Amino acid sequence: MSYLIDEGKNASHLLMGNEAIVRGALEAGINVAAGYPGTPSSEIIECFSQVAKERNLYVEWSTNEKVAVEVAAAASFAGLRSLCVMKQNGVNVASDFLLHLASSGTRGGMLLVTCDDPGALSSVNEGESRLFAQLLEIPLLEPGDFQEAKDIIPWAFALSEEIRNIVMVRSVTRLSHASGNVRFGPLPATAAKAEFHYSGPLLDPDTGPMIAMIVAAPEAQHVPQQNKMKRAAEIFETCPFNTYTGPAAPELLIVTSSACSLYSREAVSILGLAERVGILKLATTWPLPQQLLKRHLAAAPEILFVEEVAPTLEDHVKVVAAEAGAEIGVKTFFGKKSGHLPSVGELNPDLVLAALSRIFNVPYEGTPAAFSGAVKALAAKYAPPRGMTFCPGCPHRASYWSINNAVKLDGRGGFVCGDIGCYVMGTMAAGFNTCKTLHAMGSGSGIASGFGKLKQFGMDQPVMAVCGDSTFFHAAMPALANAIHQRSPFTLMLMDNRGTAMTGFQPHPGSPTNVLGDPVPALDMEKICRAMGAKVEVSDPFDLEKTRQKLNHLMEYADGAKVLILRRACALSPERRGKKDYEVTVDESRCRGEDCGCNRICTRIFGCPGLIWDGEKKVSRIDEIICVGCGVCADICPAGAIVRKEVA
Amino acid sequence: MSDVKLVKDPYNVIITGVGGQGNVLASRLLGGILAKKGFLVTIGETFGASQRGGSVMSHLRISREVLASPQIPKGRADVIVSLEPAEALRVLALYGNPATILLTNNHPIYPVGVIKGDMVYPPVAEMEAAVKEVLPTARFIAATARALALGNSILVNIVMLGALGRLNVVPLSREDFREAIAARLATGQLAINLQAFDAGYGMV
Repeated sequence: MSYLIDEGKNASHLLMGNEAIVRGALEAGINVAAGYPGTPSSEIIECFSQVAKERNLYVEWSTNEKVAVEVAAAASFAGLRSLCVMKQNGVNVASDFLLHLASSGTRGGMLLVTCDDPGALSSVNEGESRLFAQLLEIPLLEPGDFQEAKDIIPWAFALSEEIRNIVMVRSVTRLSHASGNVRFGPLPATAAKAEFHYSGPLLDPDTGPMIAMIVAAPEAQHVPQQNKMKRAAEIFETCPFNTYTGPAAPELLIVTSSACSLYSREAVSILGLAERVGILKLATTWPLPQQLLKRHLAAAPEILFVEEVAPTLEDHVKVVAAEAGAEIGVKTFFGKKSGHLPSVGELNPDLVLAALSRIFNVPYEGTPAAFSGAVKALAAKYAPPRGMTFCPGCPHRASYWSINNAVKLDGRGGFVCGDIGCYVMGTMAAGFNTCKTLHAMGSGSGIASGFGKLKQFGMDQPVMAVCGDSTFFHAAMPALANAIHQRSPFTLMLMDNRGTAMTGFQPHPGSPTNVLGDPVPALDMEKICRAMGAKVEVSDPFDLEKTRQKLNHLMEYADGAKVLILRRACALSPERRGKKDYEVTVDESRCRGEDCGCNRICTRIFGCPGLIWDGEKKVSRIDEIICVGCGVCADICPAGAIVRKEVA
Repeated sequence: MSDVKLVKDPYNVIITGVGGQGNVLASRLLGGILAKKGFLVTIGETFGASQRGGSVMSHLRISREVLASPQIPKGRADVIVSLEPAEALRVLALYGNPATILLTNNHPIYPVGVIKGDMVYPPVAEMEAAVKEVLPTARFIAATARALALGNSILVNIVMLGALGRLNVVPLSREDFREAIAARLATGQLAINLQAFDAGYGMV
């Protein structure tokens, strides 16, 4: 039994923020959860799936984030409690439906949980989802620690049901992927009955059809929606998760939220400023509790905003202060705009320490400078930096090798549009700098579709795009449909590694099992592409020569879109992990090292971590602990010095 | 709640290494053990895309009084446990101070630049001597060699936990470990993990 459904009295566990969110939802009697994988959010759906049977939940990995919100909305329309979850980029994908959902409203409590990644620790950007709450006109809650990440969820469901609209709950990497002690509450009984009532009058919140339609009559739905926000703002005035610690009349008021409240608390404590600085930690960051803010702003002459990414609190609280100027007087503000805190990247206690040290003119030294200088010098000398690369035995390295060779042989200046997955490293040395554009999920195919139509302006370069199997279903299919329909002659290389590998092998519509491990229909990507009208080839990326030949052949074909499916399971996938196809060795008598003329192609260019350049012997060798025995490097060596022997 | 006293509150432990070495499991095991003893524990971690073969680091904050933030302020690590020597140095430079206890495995995992022959990974013995000039108490132990002798390099995280247990700076006994590992891993893996813990315990 999972500890997530521990029903022991006074049970307490060390939980990741993501697990705390799940436990909170279970305590709220959640029925349906849907999401699309993305770091740092992925554990939430995985945890729900672990207890789905015991708690009678419906849980799914949806095709993309927009579908996830739609699936969860259906549950809400039928009177159930539901949640959809995604990383910050997913909110962009879901935003079209979200805007309409916020207009129609919801019935059963419904939450949008977003896990943002300030500092882009595991993302291609540090996009900010908080601004969506303002755009969508829905309430936003931000838990400040692990206990709150659990406790705020039932409160958020109750709020959603009170105002009949979706409520957004935002976490960040440093809560989602960090852990802390969480005391459990009781789990409710799991009986729920779903029924969609639609025969009442239009716009009746309980019995009418759920329709977002305000054509030329914004007052019909937009006014009620804004009234919901007014009601949320009233409720927020007494929200138990908005807390203040500090003196009644502080010299400086810190206004903060989320993980930043923990950094603030620590910095104030280290500098011994507890008697001089107050910390207002807001959990309700949109709409803002105006009266609460006014009271705290009135008590302090100086305000410091401690938040990550966009200066959202800073901007909004300044408006409150301006509106209340006559009552509360003129304030001095510090934050991103004053330069006391950086405008990009994640925060930490040191950055808050530096800001406070500057404002109060109290010196603070983290690491003793002499020690730090000495160790930094040692690190520079003895700790070579660690670059990102594909894992040993990764099919993507082999795919990019062949793609690169095909482009060079073709000789017409062709290029590849990149996409989102582990294969983003196609933009780096690890992927031989093959990809020349990189944006959002599925965008490689859309951009390639556009490039393919520029022949009339004299562009003769062959155009290619890559996308993974999960990305194919998520967002590349509409772009491929476009390319086929418009006769855009680009070549899509569909890197099918059998799962959503980057985030931990979550299933997608092409997978034979769902999140619970139950068998489900697997959509056949090859048949789909053929049925759509593309010219399709399939290749095993480990067969370098055949892959290269097929790609060169497809590049020649100018009459419409083509798809090369590069099919090979990820080396870390459950089906491949720990399996060696070959024993690989380097025959030192045949490796001629620097004299070969190959310019160390195996180690210097191919760059698999399982192959090491032995600087003393001046030959390549296999690192047996790291090599997973894919055997691909044997086909790279022009001297035939890398030998592979099939493992019986 | 046990009556174990902390040398300092919060007590700050960093467990570091390279993606795939079992860093996260080690920090979760230790965090779970301490939480069970009634401590307030925060573990700050990052994992995901950036950790494919990259540096990984877990910050463990242990307190009787306050839930500390998931990031240790610079220069405030009380113990650094590293599964890889270059990572030990990188973390020491940012989070160490002259009183930091440094315990590191001496087996290098080569960064891709070294594998390619573009960079050099200096001999670990030389690195050890240089580190000890700055931090005389630093300990370099052959944890990977011990793990390999037990049959699998993946046990290196457990060997290092055993060594940490011996240092007596955080309450981590063999029995604590046995309970935690039994709750987390399949029973078949219990014996080998206990052997790895004992091996580490005997190395310092």
